[in-house]
Amino acid sequence: MSAVQTLAQTDLSTPAETIVNDFSITVGTVNGSGSQTSNLTLLRALFKMGIPVSGKNLFPSNIQGLPTWYTIRVSKEGYLARRASSEIVVAMNPDTFAQDLASLVPGGALFYPDDIKQAITRSDVIAYSMPVKALVKQSDAPSNLRDYVSNMVYVGVLAQMFGIELDKIFQALDFHFKSKQKPIELNYGLITQAANWAAENLEKRDPYYVQPMDATAGYIMADGNTAAALGAIYGGVHFAAWYPITPASSLAESLVQYLPMLRKEPETGKNTYAVIQAEDELAAIGMCVGAGWAGLRAMTSTSGPGLSLMTEYAGLAYYAEVPVVIWDIQRVGPSTGLPTRTSQGDINTAYFMGHGDTQQIVLLPGSVTECFEFGWRAFDLAERLQTPVFVLSDLDFGMNQWMTRPFEYPPIPMDRGKVLREEDLEKLAGQWARYLDVDGDGIPYRTIPGNRHPSSAYFTRGTGHDENARYTESAEVWERVMNRLRKKFETARTLLPKPVSETMDGANFGIIAFGSTEPAIQEARHYLAQAGHKSDFLRLRALPFTEEVKDFLSSHARIYVVEMNRDGQLHQLLKIEFADQCVEMISLAHLDGLPLTARWVEAAIKAKEVNEL
Amino acid sequence: MTMQSTAPRPRTQVNIVGLEKADYRGAPSTLCQGCGHNSISSQIIAACYELGIVPENVLKFSGIGCSSKSPTYFLNRSFGFNGLHGRMPSLATGAMFGDRSLAAIGVSGDGDSASIGMGQFKHVMRRNLPLVYIIENNGVYGLTKGQFSATAEPGLSLKGQGTNPYMPIDIAWEAVVGNATFVARSFAGDPKQVKELLKAALSHRGIAVLDIISPCVTFNNKDDSMHSYAWGREHEVALHEFSYVPPRDDIMIEYEEGEVIDVTMHDGSRVILKKLEQDYNPTDRGTAIRVLEEANAKNWLLTGLIYINTEVPSLLDIYNLPDTPLNRLSENVLRPGPETIEKVNALMF
Repeated sequence: MSAVQTLAQTDLSTPAETIVNDFSITVGTVNGSGSQTSNLTLLRALFKMGIPVSGKNLFPSNIQGLPTWYTIRVSKEGYLARRASSEIVVAMNPDTFAQDLASLVPGGALFYPDDIKQAITRSDVIAYSMPVKALVKQSDAPSNLRDYVSNMVYVGVLAQMFGIELDKIFQALDFHFKSKQKPIELNYGLITQAANWAAENLEKRDPYYVQPMDATAGYIMADGNTAAALGAIYGGVHFAAWYPITPASSLAESLVQYLPMLRKEPETGKNTYAVIQAEDELAAIGMCVGAGWAGLRAMTSTSGPGLSLMTEYAGLAYYAEVPVVIWDIQRVGPSTGLPTRTSQGDINTAYFMGHGDTQQIVLLPGSVTECFEFGWRAFDLAERLQTPVFVLSDLDFGMNQWMTRPFEYPPIPMDRGKVLREEDLEKLAGQWARYLDVDGDGIPYRTIPGNRHPSSAYFTRGTGHDENARYTESAEVWERVMNRLRKKFETARTLLPKPVSETMDGANFGIIAFGSTEPAIQEARHYLAQAGHKSDFLRLRALPFTEEVKDFLSSHARIYVVEMNRDGQLHQLLKIEFADQCVEMISLAHLDGLPLTARWVEAAIKAKEVNEL
Repeated sequence: MTMQSTAPRPRTQVNIVGLEKADYRGAPSTLCQGCGHNSISSQIIAACYELGIVPENVLKFSGIGCSSKSPTYFLNRSFGFNGLHGRMPSLATGAMFGDRSLAAIGVSGDGDSASIGMGQFKHVMRRNLPLVYIIENNGVYGLTKGQFSATAEPGLSLKGQGTNPYMPIDIAWEAVVGNATFVARSFAGDPKQVKELLKAALSHRGIAVLDIISPCVTFNNKDDSMHSYAWGREHEVALHEFSYVPPRDDIMIEYEEGEVIDVTMHDGSRVILKKLEQDYNPTDRGTAIRVLEEANAKNWLLTGLIYINTEVPSLLDIYNLPDTPLNRLSENVLRPGPETIEKVNALMF
C-alpha cells in the first residue's frame, strides 16, 4: 500500500487552518517496552521526507517499568531545540496519562490506547483513541513479540493522521533492522494495518500535517557517541579502555563496532587497535596513561562519577606529561545525580582536574559533526602538547540522534608531536633530556618505550623531577619545571580550536555558550531579534580561552553566558580569567537536566534586556 | 640520557649480549641499609645479566611506597614508570600494548598491592598480562613510618601502632585463586632462590606473581615478627630445590625417576624442581591451595614455585595484533583511507 492511497482516504479539509511541519510530538511510554524503535522510526521517516527534525529521549535510570518520553520536534525553519510543550501527545503509559494530557497545547492532539480508561479532563484538545491490543491481536505477531511491536500501532496511526509517508517509514525500518526481512515485515505489517484502521475509523479534527520538503539534503542523522568513536578511529586510536557508565557506554561500544571494519592491517588482517573493558575508571585511565606513555593514541570515555575516579591519574599525566584523551559524556551531578539527564556541569572539574597546580586542556564539541572532528583532533593535541585532553560532550549529544553535516575526512595529516626515534638519538649522540624546553614553547621531546637506542630510556614519575627526569626535591627545580608547564599551557592557547561566532548588525549584547545549547540559543536569538534585541554569539570550542574570547568580551558592553549547570561554571571561569575586562557578564545557568529550550533563553535575556532599553 | 658515555671502556666480563653487569645497574639505592628490597634489586640485576636480556627490551613499573622506589635502582637503560599508589597494574597493562616484544618487571609492596591496589592486583591476574609482578612483602608501611599493612599477622605489635587485630591477606593464595598463571613465594634472605625464580618468571609468557618476604629493618624486623629476617631463616620451608635452565643450555640432567619435575617454559627454557621432603606438583591448583593452607597452619614460610600454568594465552596474544609494534605503525595504517569516509557516512541514516 502506498502512502498516497492511504492519505486519499482521509478527509483533509476539516480543519479551517492547517499547521504544516511546525510542531512537537511527545510519546509517553513505559521503559523497556520497545518504544525506542517506534520513535526512531518516526524520526527517521520525517528526516527522509526532507523535514528538519530532532528527537530527544527523556528516559529514567531503569531497564524496565518506569515512565519514559520521547520528543520529536518538526520544524520547517530548522529550529531543533527541545520545546517544553507539545502539539501532539501519544500517551501509551497509564501512569503518566494525566501528566501527558496536561502537557498538550490547547488545540493539540492526543492519541491513546483504548484500554486506558481514564477521563479526558480537557475539552480544548482533540482526543483519538487507538485499539492497540485489538490491532496487535489481528496481526501476525507471535505472542512473545506482541508487547514489543504494539508500539508500532501509534507509528501507523500518526503516519495516517499527519501524512508521514509509508515508504519513508519502510526505509527507516530497513535501516533499523539492518535489512533483516522478518522484523521489518512484522513491524511494517502492523504499521500499515494501523494506518488502514485510522484511515477507515478516525476523522481528522486537528490542524497538524507534515509535507515533504528538501531541507535535509546534505545532512545525516547520527548521535554524538558514534561520531566521537568514528572520529577517534580516523584519528588512529590504538588503545581504548573504558568502564560501563551511562551515557558514555555507547561511545566505547561504537569503537568495538566500527574498529574491525576500518582498522585491520590490510595485508595481514591483524588489528591495529585494542579495546579493554577495565574493572573501573581508575584502571581505565591507568591503562590509557600507560598506553599513551608507550606511544599509543589512547583514549577512555566516561561520565561524571567515572571522571571523579580518574582525577589522580589525570594529575599524574599532566605532571609526567603523558598524552591521553578522555571523553566525558556529561550527565547531571553531583554524585550519582540524574544519570540519564543531560548537563554541562563538569567544565570546572575537567579544567582543574588534579590536586595542586594542575591545568587541563578541554575541548567542547558543539555539534555531532564536531564530535567526529574532535575525535581525531584530540589525539593530535594530546600528542603535540604531551598532556591529557578532555573532550566534554553531553548526554544530549551522546545518546540522541541529531541532524548533522556528514563526517569530513581529516584535512590535515596526523600530528604525532615531538618524538625522538633511534635515528634522532643517533644524530644527537644520545644527548637529550626528557623535560628540557628546547624550542621555547614549553613542550619537551620524548622517547617511546621500545626505542632500542641505549640512551633512549628515562624514568617517568609523578614525584619531583628535573629536566633529565631524575628525582629531585629541589625547590628551584620544582618551580622551574612548573613554570615551564605553564608556558606549555600558553602554547596550547595558540593550537586549540578557535571559537565560532555569529554577528548581527547593531547587536545590543553578546552571548557566550558551548556544546549542545546552540540550537536553543540560535532560535532564541531569532525571537529576540524580532523583539528588537539583537545579539552577537560566540560558541567556545576549547579551554583555555583563546585570544578571540578576549576580543569578543572587549567588543561588547554586556555578555550573557548561557550554560547547563547550577553555578554558571563557564561564567566563573570567564570572571577569573578576564577579571580586568569591564564587560558586564551575566550568568544564565539552567540546571533541570533537560535540554535547553529557546523560550527559556529568550525569557531570561528579555527579562534583563527590557531594563536596558 | 645525558649521563651515557659512548667512549669505549676496557671490558672485563660480558654476558651473551656483550654487556657488563654495570649495564644492568641503576642509581644508588636510597632505601635503608639492610632493606630486603635492595637484595631483590641486586637479584633482578643478576638475573637479567645472566639471562642476557637487553635492558632496552625491558619496561619497569611500580606504584608508590619503599618497594616502588626500587625500579630506579636497577636497569638504568630500561624505560620505567613509577605510577600511582596501587595502580601499577593498569599502567603496565596499557603500556605493554605499545610493543609486544618487550618484557616487563613491576615492583610493588604489600600496601601497594594488598590494600589500596587489591582491585588492580586481582584484575591484572585474570587478564594474564605478561608481567613479572614482584611484591616486596614486609607487613608494614615503611615510607609513612611504620603502620600495619594488610599482610601483617594478627597479634603483631609495632612501635606506636599497638597490636594488629586483623587477619592477614595471603598474597600467594590470592594469586593462586585469582587465576595467576605463575605464582611463587620467596624470601629476600634466600637470594639464590630469588634469582632463579626471577629467571623463570622472566621466561613466563603471562603474569608471574612473586610474593617475596622482604624484611623492613627499620619498622618490622623483630625476631618474632613473621616478616623478619630471623623468622624467615628459622621458618623457611622450600617446596623443592628450584633451578632454571636457559633455553640455549642443552643440559642433560640425570635424576632418579620421580625425583624431579621438569617444566618447559614458553621460550624453551626449563624449570627443574628437585624433590625435597615432600612430593609437590606445581601444575595443580588444588594442591597449591592446599599446601598454602598447610603452610599457614604450620607457620612455615613456604617458598618455591607454588603454581604454574603455561597453557593460558597472555593478554597480548589474544588481541590479534600485528607483528609490527603498535607504537611503530605509520599513519597510512592507522588512518583509514579517504575513500572510506563516504561509506561511513552512508552507514548513518
